[in-house]
Amino acid sequence: MQRIGVFVCHCGTNIAATVDVKAVAKAMEKEPGVVFSTDYTYMCSEAGQTLVQDSIKKYGLTGVVICSCSPHMHELTFQKAIAKAGLNPYMLEIANIREQCSWVTKDIKVATEKAIVLARAAVAKVVLNSPLTSGTTQVTKRALVIGGGIAGMQTALDIAEAGFKVDLVEKNPSIGGKMAQLDKTFPTLDCASCIVTPKMVDVGQNENIRILSYSEVAEVSGFVGNFDVKIKRKARYVDEDKCTGCGACTEKCPMKKIPNEFNHNLNNRSCIYIPFAQAVPKVATIDPRYCLMLNKGKCGICSKVCQAGAINYKAKDEYIEEKYGAIVVATGYEQIKVDKYDEYAYSQSPDVVTSLEYERLMNAAGPTNGHLLRPSDGKEPKKIVWIQCVGSRETCDPTKGPARGKPYCSKVCCMYTAKQAILTKDHYPDTDLYVFYIDVRTPGKNFDEFYRRAVEQYNVHYIKGQVGKVTPENGKLMVQGSDLLLGEQVHIEADMVVLSAAIEPSPTARPLATMLTTQMDTNDFFTEAHPKLRPVESATAGIFLSGMCQGPKDIPETVAQASAAAAKVIGLLCKKELTNNACVAHPNEMMCNGCSQCQGVCPYGAITYVEKEFRMPDRTTKVRRVAQVNEAVCQGCGACTVTCPSGAMDLRGFSNQEIMAEVDAICQ
Amino acid sequence: MQDELIRRACELLEDGTVNRVLGWQKGQFVYDITPAVFTSVEEVKNNFVYNDFCGANLSKYLRSESEKEGKVLVFLKPCDTYSFNQLLTEYKIHRDNVYAVGIECYGKADVEKLRAKGIDCITDVKNENGTLKISTIYGEESVPAMDVMAERCLNCKSKKHVAYDELIGEDGEVLDSHRFDEVEEIEKMSAEERFKFWQSQLSKCIRCNACRNVCPACTCEKCVFDNYDSGAFNKAPANSFEESMFHIIRAFHVAGRCTDCGECSRVCPEHIPLHLLNRKFIKDYNELYGPFMAGAEVGQVSPVVDYTKDKDAEASVVQKGGAE
Repeated sequence: MQRIGVFVCHCGTNIAATVDVKAVAKAMEKEPGVVFSTDYTYMCSEAGQTLVQDSIKKYGLTGVVICSCSPHMHELTFQKAIAKAGLNPYMLEIANIREQCSWVTKDIKVATEKAIVLARAAVAKVVLNSPLTSGTTQVTKRALVIGGGIAGMQTALDIAEAGFKVDLVEKNPSIGGKMAQLDKTFPTLDCASCIVTPKMVDVGQNENIRILSYSEVAEVSGFVGNFDVKIKRKARYVDEDKCTGCGACTEKCPMKKIPNEFNHNLNNRSCIYIPFAQAVPKVATIDPRYCLMLNKGKCGICSKVCQAGAINYKAKDEYIEEKYGAIVVATGYEQIKVDKYDEYAYSQSPDVVTSLEYERLMNAAGPTNGHLLRPSDGKEPKKIVWIQCVGSRETCDPTKGPARGKPYCSKVCCMYTAKQAILTKDHYPDTDLYVFYIDVRTPGKNFDEFYRRAVEQYNVHYIKGQVGKVTPENGKLMVQGSDLLLGEQVHIEADMVVLSAAIEPSPTARPLATMLTTQMDTNDFFTEAHPKLRPVESATAGIFLSGMCQGPKDIPETVAQASAAAAKVIGLLCKKELTNNACVAHPNEMMCNGCSQCQGVCPYGAITYVEKEFRMPDRTTKVRRVAQVNEAVCQGCGACTVTCPSGAMDLRGFSNQEIMAEVDAICQ
Repeated sequence: MQDELIRRACELLEDGTVNRVLGWQKGQFVYDITPAVFTSVEEVKNNFVYNDFCGANLSKYLRSESEKEGKVLVFLKPCDTYSFNQLLTEYKIHRDNVYAVGIECYGKADVEKLRAKGIDCITDVKNENGTLKISTIYGEESVPAMDVMAERCLNCKSKKHVAYDELIGEDGEVLDSHRFDEVEEIEKMSAEERFKFWQSQLSKCIRCNACRNVCPACTCEKCVFDNYDSGAFNKAPANSFEESMFHIIRAFHVAGRCTDCGECSRVCPEHIPLHLLNRKFIKDYNELYGPFMAGAEVGQVSPVVDYTKDKDAEASVVQKGGAE
């Protein structure tokens, strides 16, 4: 016979102001199985927990019902508390009389009634609860980091420093990401490549890190501590181990008119290429779209000039499979395509550039060797206009078709625009610079000082207002905008226009989220498990977030988050074993009819079928096909239990019988 | 047709392809023909029957027959082949132990419709080019087959055999049937009218379990209605609502697996139009998930029990971002 104790929490006034807690406690005294019922101000406090523990001993309780906040908040707290008093932690039920009751109404009578019903349902269930024990699984001591930008590199380095093996997957031929393409960084103006390339070298030389460049994640299965990942290694037609990165092939390659992605297509590269001088790994890659040998079967010059014999035209995409304990997503960002902004004439004039293109135009390693020259005629621009929030902070009327831009602030544009303006003025003091802005947002250490410097010391003209139209005319760009402070139209005859295009998550993010069964928001940014308290974890156990894939952030924030994600991964990999979910599905083999429907609905692939010999009532034996659940993989979602037509599949801790008892109690 | 089937069955028995024949034989009366297993040429020659009363779907009997030693020959009408495939999909039939012969079908007679025409006490039936020649103890009767055809055959969904090892007669096409018309009529009713309709129908149920026992989708090791722990255990009905729940639970259980063979309605001694419950599900499936026909192919997965990461994971990905 079960002996149940009911503990009704006031939660200060959170519950007690709306629910008559004494009445709830009193009503529960009459429920079958209940031997003790009481209320207390803060059940989760130490005194409250002691009250529960003492009552367990005093009244010989076999099960406990806590009427309090959501089980999300304190189920674990109370499970631990009753376990200390000698009860199995699964002999606990929480009736949520706060979020589902006192917080949703001000009517005391209604709230109290509902609280009593919820408590009654919890009592009905706990009477049927049985003690459960969790199994354990080993943790694979290896992490996977997806994305080799500054976020991914920092995470990989920190995990590797703690002594764990890390695989760093990067879709491009080299790691480095967007930061390697930047010129200087705000607000200190230190050179981006001077700080990022040593990091790339560190990653390349770290014994615990394996760089899988020019690779993509193809398939993910498994669960926290034991992910099975299939990684596609795209054929680069160059043996990474043999290639010395001498560059002879890139010089001799006859196909030299390939748009150079690293320089945002502002100049050309050869078909066999090393993306940039400091690339890691510094090996050549053949672009299969253009290679004469691969497409037409003639040429083969790179193979002839390669001293190391690294060229292999017969290379094929390869797949490797590896086990990981944790996965970190660091897929970064892209700038939105600005061609749909016809008013800014991006598609009409080469002198209208995006801010990332401008970075390359200023960069000493860029297409112009650091001389700021207009893409159209190679002349130095004298008048430059920046347009802020191109596609950021854009609200739209959904009835008028899809939005062109994004509703959010891209966060970094205000600061890099000030930086670009300052750098331009530094190199070319005779230029005339204009910035059209909605607001200038400069929260951050030394950020506002930096922006003030652009305005006050460098005399950059900041104009509050948006640009209506950019018209290319006689080699000039006629910019027409409004100055909201003066309330008048502004016309500027500019030589160049720079668009601070909104940033968006990498297009690879969504398919990856699907593979990882993790969550995203409407903008395709990965969703963190808790916006404030668990910012680097995804809601899926064992999947962590690093950098821009979670939301817009600058480099210091990215690095901080990358290290935080690494700390979480290290914490996980340090564990000897992980406790499995105790509430898993289990089939009643005598009733299973082998139809395989449960296998089809299991999102985790936890169900398999086996042919098993059974002894029949008439002493014969029969081989039958029955379901089996891998308890380490099962997440207890219950999809199989509702699918099974025979009711052969049931969920521990949430059995059909327990749930029906709850429903019956509610409908009493 | 009957002679043709008997000839072929005997051939296959004699050449050792099969050691048993699953077919039909006369029941207590001419019109209540029942499925039967024949183990010898003599039995087949003496007892095998195939006529306009052979409505019974033989697929379900393969569940136990195909577990036995040796091959069994089965005759499948087009609609039966769907059940056959569905059972294969659910691993309920050992395909290697079955030799399936598809047979042509023009629709089967409904004895109730004959009775309604005053034709009773039947002693023999023959189909002569679409006209039923019926002998009764009162004399000879003649009636167009279409006039007394079973509802499920008038609304035949397919004359195509979706599975067979050999075919006797011609294979047909999937038909553009009007089988959902009646469902639409019920959908048009108000909630009260609909409740009344079903209450009046389902309250006739005597819980004989004939529908469950004949249903090719009802192949559980232990039915929930026979399982004390299921919460749906067979209890003495306190009111007619209990019996309603039996049929509604059953309709849910076979949803996505029901091939609309219509056996449930055929065998119901109370003439409850049970097939309408199943058809409502099929209609909803078609409308919500696109055309889906259970049993059309072996291995196909019903849309509601089909979880695929690339298609369905999206649904679990939160579509609404952050706070609004």
